[in-house]
Amino acid sequence: MSGGGIRPATSFTSAARETLKNRTLRANLGFATRTICAKRERVVDEIEDWQATRSAGAALKDHALANLEENLLLLEKQVEAAGGTVHWAATAQEAVEIVAKIARSHRISEVVKVKSITSDEIELNDSLKKQGIEAIETDLAELICQLADDSPSHILVPAIHKNREEIRQLFATKLGVEIESSEPHRLAEVARLHLREKFLTAKMAVSGANFAVASTGSIGIVESEGNGRMCLTLPDILVTIMGIEKVLPEWSDVATLMRLLPRSSTAERMNPYTSVWTGVTPGDGPQEFHLILLDNGRTNVLDDPVGRQTLRCIRCSACLNVCPVYQRVGGHAYGSVYPGPIGAILTPQLLAMADENANTLPFASSMCGACYEACPVKINIPEVLAYLRGKTHKQPVELAAFQVAYWVMSDSRRFSAALRGKRIGASVASMFGLVKGWTDSREMPEVPAESFRDWWRKRDR
Amino acid sequence: MTAKERILSRIRTAAVPREDYFRTETPVQPASIDLFCERVADYRAIVHRVSQDEVSATLNRICEGRRCLVAADFEFVIEGAIADAGFTHAELVDFETTITSCAVGIAESGTIVLDAGQGQGRRAITLIPDHHVCIIRADQVVSSLEEGLERVMVTRPLTFISGPSATSDIELVRVEGVHGPRKLEVLVVKA
Amino acid sequence: MKIQLFITCLNDALFPRTGVATTEILERLGHTVEFDPRQTCCGQMHLNSGYTDEALKLAESWLDVFEGAECIVSPSGSCVANVREMFAHMGEWTQTPGLVERAQAMDGKLFELSEFLLKFGGVEELQPYFPHRVTYHPTCHGARALGLSDSPEKLLRLVEGLEFIELDQKWQCCGFGGTFSVKNADTSTAMLEDKCATIWDSEAEYCVAIDNSCLMHIGGGLKKQGKAPKVIHLAEVLASRRPE
Ligand code: SF4
Repeated sequence: MSGGGIRPATSFTSAARETLKNRTLRANLGFATRTICAKRERVVDEIEDWQATRSAGAALKDHALANLEENLLLLEKQVEAAGGTVHWAATAQEAVEIVAKIARSHRISEVVKVKSITSDEIELNDSLKKQGIEAIETDLAELICQLADDSPSHILVPAIHKNREEIRQLFATKLGVEIESSEPHRLAEVARLHLREKFLTAKMAVSGANFAVASTGSIGIVESEGNGRMCLTLPDILVTIMGIEKVLPEWSDVATLMRLLPRSSTAERMNPYTSVWTGVTPGDGPQEFHLILLDNGRTNVLDDPVGRQTLRCIRCSACLNVCPVYQRVGGHAYGSVYPGPIGAILTPQLLAMADENANTLPFASSMCGACYEACPVKINIPEVLAYLRGKTHKQPVELAAFQVAYWVMSDSRRFSAALRGKRIGASVASMFGLVKGWTDSREMPEVPAESFRDWWRKRDR
Repeated sequence: MTAKERILSRIRTAAVPREDYFRTETPVQPASIDLFCERVADYRAIVHRVSQDEVSATLNRICEGRRCLVAADFEFVIEGAIADAGFTHAELVDFETTITSCAVGIAESGTIVLDAGQGQGRRAITLIPDHHVCIIRADQVVSSLEEGLERVMVTRPLTFISGPSATSDIELVRVEGVHGPRKLEVLVVKA
Repeated sequence: MKIQLFITCLNDALFPRTGVATTEILERLGHTVEFDPRQTCCGQMHLNSGYTDEALKLAESWLDVFEGAECIVSPSGSCVANVREMFAHMGEWTQTPGLVERAQAMDGKLFELSEFLLKFGGVEELQPYFPHRVTYHPTCHGARALGLSDSPEKLLRLVEGLEFIELDQKWQCCGFGGTFSVKNADTSTAMLEDKCATIWDSEAEYCVAIDNSCLMHIGGGLKKQGKAPKVIHLAEVLASRRPE
């Protein structure tokens, strides 16, 4: 499966415990993320006022979200005026059903796909398969994941957890081609030849969208390989699934987005290809175009004044690359197609803070703030994490410990008493939660003979 | 309730407060051709800076011995080049090189934009052949993304091209050329 | 200047040495140091663990204690960041009347120790002396939330006898994160191992930081692995003097 959905099968804690055991994964990831972070810094430094550019991005997305209803209605009108069809899907199932119905009405059993996390979110590939429709991933990394029956582990570089030799072997067994070397350009060539055939014969393509422009009805896709262009140009029918938060009001707004996105994602000034289309154009590209506007929990997020900044996200993956937790546990530990810091806040909110496993995700952070610093649209991820932690249910034992700690700390006399003399050790351990999980890998600090306040009191006299 | 009504009513319930929003006017700046060329070349595209008189000769030289395709309304004459006559995708595979003009060049990012205007043709012709040669006049180069967006016809199919097709999906090693043209040459014609 | 010391609960209980050193530095610079024993905890631990209601009440009591002070100094980047950033956020989340304004009124009054020393100067006059090889770990809340970056290194460079060694991968979090180190102990430990390895490779005798919480974590990790470098709070380095 190359889909995955957003419902984690276990808690983050236990998923991470497993993935941490994989030392190769940690080494691959560590190398990859360090490389991309260093490159990113170089292209970001080139912008005269990066902070102002980030603020402009945040303000633009906030503005777009504050007028979401108008933007969506205008988008719908413009797409239809240009010969496209617009569908609305409140849930993943509805979206999948729309895609399947379009395919069935044309008797299509094979579709080509441009990498789209939104389609992974709704588990499109698996659901289509059940209806006898094969979805073929055309992005190199997604193809690798699909052939390996593995799920993507990174938004941008879904196969970041696989090294070249693993990929060579995979291509050799699954595509039946002898590949003499595991040089990346050789492997890319193999993928090129394998997919060429598919592109030239495909009748229908399915894509996501990086943005849509309400005033013109245009949709945009940002990519590197050219598989996007192939899917958007060669088939007769194009179906685009887009999260409702992707809509921008005006065409000129795309400039702000495009200054932020490639730098933050692939660490480039600009990605090789961006395609923009408006409905259908006679004689050029697909002659039937469907746009599916997907909610699937996004309005839950919108409804929360603190959490709603999450919807500014442009899926660049900068927050993953800089995250010390992600760098070690990898994408699979998050149990959702949205990994890393953005996943830690987006996944539980999409599930309305009602999924027990997803609710462990906001705790998957040391609150170091690297994500906030990197985020091109200034999502204050640590703030949202702290906020969401407050919305989760607590285990009774833990709850009791924190209530005791609060009882002590909420009164300076009780607090002073707890710190007096020999009591320090025990009260400190319970207050700060220095228990088993702590001492497994760390020694306890030495307990001082007297607290600071006792020292002060004596000195004062 | 239809899905549309459900979604819209939930958006309404969320009642996101509106604030004033101002788009900043980007001042029009003279574009630096040098910067444009430098940034296009940075993507490992080949850049030729030529005068108007040199265009045909240069194009002929690039295309020599190659099966070449041009848009039906392409303005320069190239020996042996075939004008697009609505070839099928399978037929396009047999062309090695496509030569087109473009709508605008953006110096800030080293990007050329095709908008299906004069001399550019439909999207498939610059996609299937493995080699794309694009001609741009110096006066088509603008300095910023904002200016670039203003110059294109947004409702026609647009392709923003910044270097040849590439991937970094395997161990983050950049490889030029996966599905799109693996070789990109840009002719910048001096004013 | 009259300075109210915000010692923080963790320092009060476990690292009084740091408080003593902070007091000494500030007094030797000619300031009057006061300590209000009504102070307990700023609520960071509760907030960080998802106990927002309790954290909110602790924040309000913190403000009750410190609001009247003209200048507040604390030897903890993390706790200062909690007051500066999170108090106002909590005010917004819970719509608690006045909290945002009360929190914002602390701007320009509350300083982390190194921030205070860099702003008002005078560290040279202390003639600090610490004849050791030292590396510096920029703790996340100090470096990012307070925006101090690695500026405290400047203070270390003023210390006589001190050989400064830059830490490789210094911006990497040590993996403490309060409740994170207990709840996600495996992940925290993986981060800690890497941090300890870079400290070990630096061949420093001491790893310095401006937060004892992170140092407790790093020091505990180094000790568990039987590794030699010790951890020490910046205040204690700056308070050290040449033996008479
Ligand atoms: S949260 Fe910010 S940094 Fe992370 S993927 Fe989204 S836009 Fe990028």
